[in-house]
Amino acid sequence: MSSVVDFRDAVVVFNGFPALAEASIEVERGEIVLLQGPNGAGKTTLLRACAGLLPIVRGEASVLGVDLCVDRQSVRQRVGLLGHANGLFADLTISENVLFWAQMVGASEGEVASTLHRFGIDGRLAEQKVMHLSAGQKRRCALACLVVRRAELWLLDEPHAGLDAAARDEIDAIIREASSAGATVLIASHELERSRGLATRSVSVIAGRVVS
Amino acid sequence: MSAQHSLSRVARAVAAKDLRIELRSRVVINQVFPFAGLVMVMFAFALDNDDVLTRVAGGLVWLATLFSLIIIIQRSFAVDTADGALEAQRVAGLDPAGIFVGKALAVMVQLVTLEIMLFVAAVVLYRVQLNADGTVLLVTCVLSATAGLSFVGTLYGGLTAGSRGRETLLPLLMLPVVAPVLIGATRATESAFTSGGAAVSDGWPWVGVLVVFAAVFGLGGILSFGSLIEE
Amino acid sequence: MEAQTFNARVATPTTRLVGAMSLVSMAWVVIGGLIVTPKDVNQGDAVRIMYVHVPTAWVAYLAFIVTAVASACWLLSRKHSMGFDRVAGASAEVGVIFMAMTLLSGSLWGRITWGTFWAWDPRLTTTAFLLVTYIGYLAVRGLGGSLEQRARRSAVIALLAVLEIPLVHFSVLMWRSLHQKASVLSGDGDIKMDGSMLTTLLIGVIGFTMTFAWLVLHRQRVLAMQDAMQMTQLDAALRERANESATESTDRVEGLK
Repeated sequence: MSSVVDFRDAVVVFNGFPALAEASIEVERGEIVLLQGPNGAGKTTLLRACAGLLPIVRGEASVLGVDLCVDRQSVRQRVGLLGHANGLFADLTISENVLFWAQMVGASEGEVASTLHRFGIDGRLAEQKVMHLSAGQKRRCALACLVVRRAELWLLDEPHAGLDAAARDEIDAIIREASSAGATVLIASHELERSRGLATRSVSVIAGRVVS
Repeated sequence: MSAQHSLSRVARAVAAKDLRIELRSRVVINQVFPFAGLVMVMFAFALDNDDVLTRVAGGLVWLATLFSLIIIIQRSFAVDTADGALEAQRVAGLDPAGIFVGKALAVMVQLVTLEIMLFVAAVVLYRVQLNADGTVLLVTCVLSATAGLSFVGTLYGGLTAGSRGRETLLPLLMLPVVAPVLIGATRATESAFTSGGAAVSDGWPWVGVLVVFAAVFGLGGILSFGSLIEE
Repeated sequence: MEAQTFNARVATPTTRLVGAMSLVSMAWVVIGGLIVTPKDVNQGDAVRIMYVHVPTAWVAYLAFIVTAVASACWLLSRKHSMGFDRVAGASAEVGVIFMAMTLLSGSLWGRITWGTFWAWDPRLTTTAFLLVTYIGYLAVRGLGGSLEQRARRSAVIALLAVLEIPLVHFSVLMWRSLHQKASVLSGDGDIKMDGSMLTTLLIGVIGFTMTFAWLVLHRQRVLAMQDAMQMTQLDAALRERANESATESTDRVEGLK
């Protein structure tokens, strides 16, 4: 009975507009689920709702066994969201950014170093300030920050955007690795071909609803 | 898992992060410090009377501090909202009380540094005098007042950070609340400078007010910061 | 939550009673204050401002307390029932008006009796701060977001104000005591109140309080209707999106053929 994500007719509203209009989705542990759909359909909203960021106005929603209608805060430590913004500190270096998050979970410096290595961020690049990076490099840094937090549920909003083919492959490898280690992954993406190969299942989000 | 996101751990990491960013970008040092110094000079232009300036020097220093505080708070949160980092900290479930304490500590360090500069400017520009007793009073006053200002600023700064039309709300919310600090710190400072016939001993009750204020808003902030930054 | 239908006539037995009581008391105050009660020995006719100033001051502080208590109730209640939040908001809106009236009447009274529109009296200064705090509170209520979030933010701000106002008052009190002046300017310091003046004043307090209650009852009802309307609009919006989703799915299926 341990679905990681369980939404039933959930409604999320922005200024009277139902961004999620009775959306239902169930995701089991270890799955990699691809969310497809046109822009404005509600993919981002669904991911943010799973992160406990948005109030559920109607319906039911639970993530990792926690009822979001009752408590949106406690689930956050176990969930990692990579949104449109990167959440990075522009004046700090990549390694300082990753270290900031690593400190929160008590990860060791060795763990940080190996994470950076897996992302292909070597010594010199790691000491670059974020403001000097390309969009793709920033995205990789943001994902590294998420990885180092050891989240149980990964919510990735367009993770491949702005990356070259090699970087995309690296990311896919990391996602597969996390999934086999027990993490559950939801990916919203326009990169249908690549993501289909990665995902165990895909659903469409259309006009605020989820259609399998 | 939750123990690892504990308040002190989060606070230390956030404070270190904020101070490191300031040391690297030097925005406060390069922009706000000169602004504060300029304000002190402009007071002299506006008031045009040496005796008056010496008499009200305490008040002018704290006024300049308050105006600079608004900018420092906005900068403190701009660092976090530029790339969605504050939201990322929220989403990651970092204890909001820890974020509050951390950011307030970083603001406090910057503010105390600013105040030292302003007091030096007051001695130079407004010709105030300071003796040993006065210095003890002044230091205590500065520390307690700065703590209170940092707590209030961080609290309301968190509420008003982010979207347009919110940042301009910061002065309106913050300045009435810090009125007791302005009154108390100014009176204590005047006592320390023994301006207008005030004795140093007169200043200590005011320091008491400042300490109470800092305690109230430190505790209040820890309890309510999370609610205010939530969407 | 279904949409509720509301009667076009907004009065209920409660508001009718409160409204009637307030009309009667206010009429009494007007007649009593302007005509029946005597002039003051020292101030002459100027003392009649008291019948407005004192009750509005009382109501302004009452409104502040109501907002604070309603905010605390909202935060503490399990269900976070929105009624508390609406009362807090309505009370603040009405309170701002009474607060402004207090300052205005006090200022005019001061001009006539002491010769100045303003004095740095602790009570006046604290009242002015309370007005600015109210305005800040209302600005925070206007920040937008979900109803629950608006309620939470406002409730926290209201309770912080409860902490802050005594601190402000105490500091100003200490501050002004340094300047101990004979002009401890409370207007009623030198008024000898006879029976009819006291009675009229008390009726005035009751009358203004009834008016406040009547205004808040109606205002919070309007807010409730606004919130209910949002719910109704939400139902319509959901239906619309459901249609949108159906047509889009069909399009996609057909597009794939």
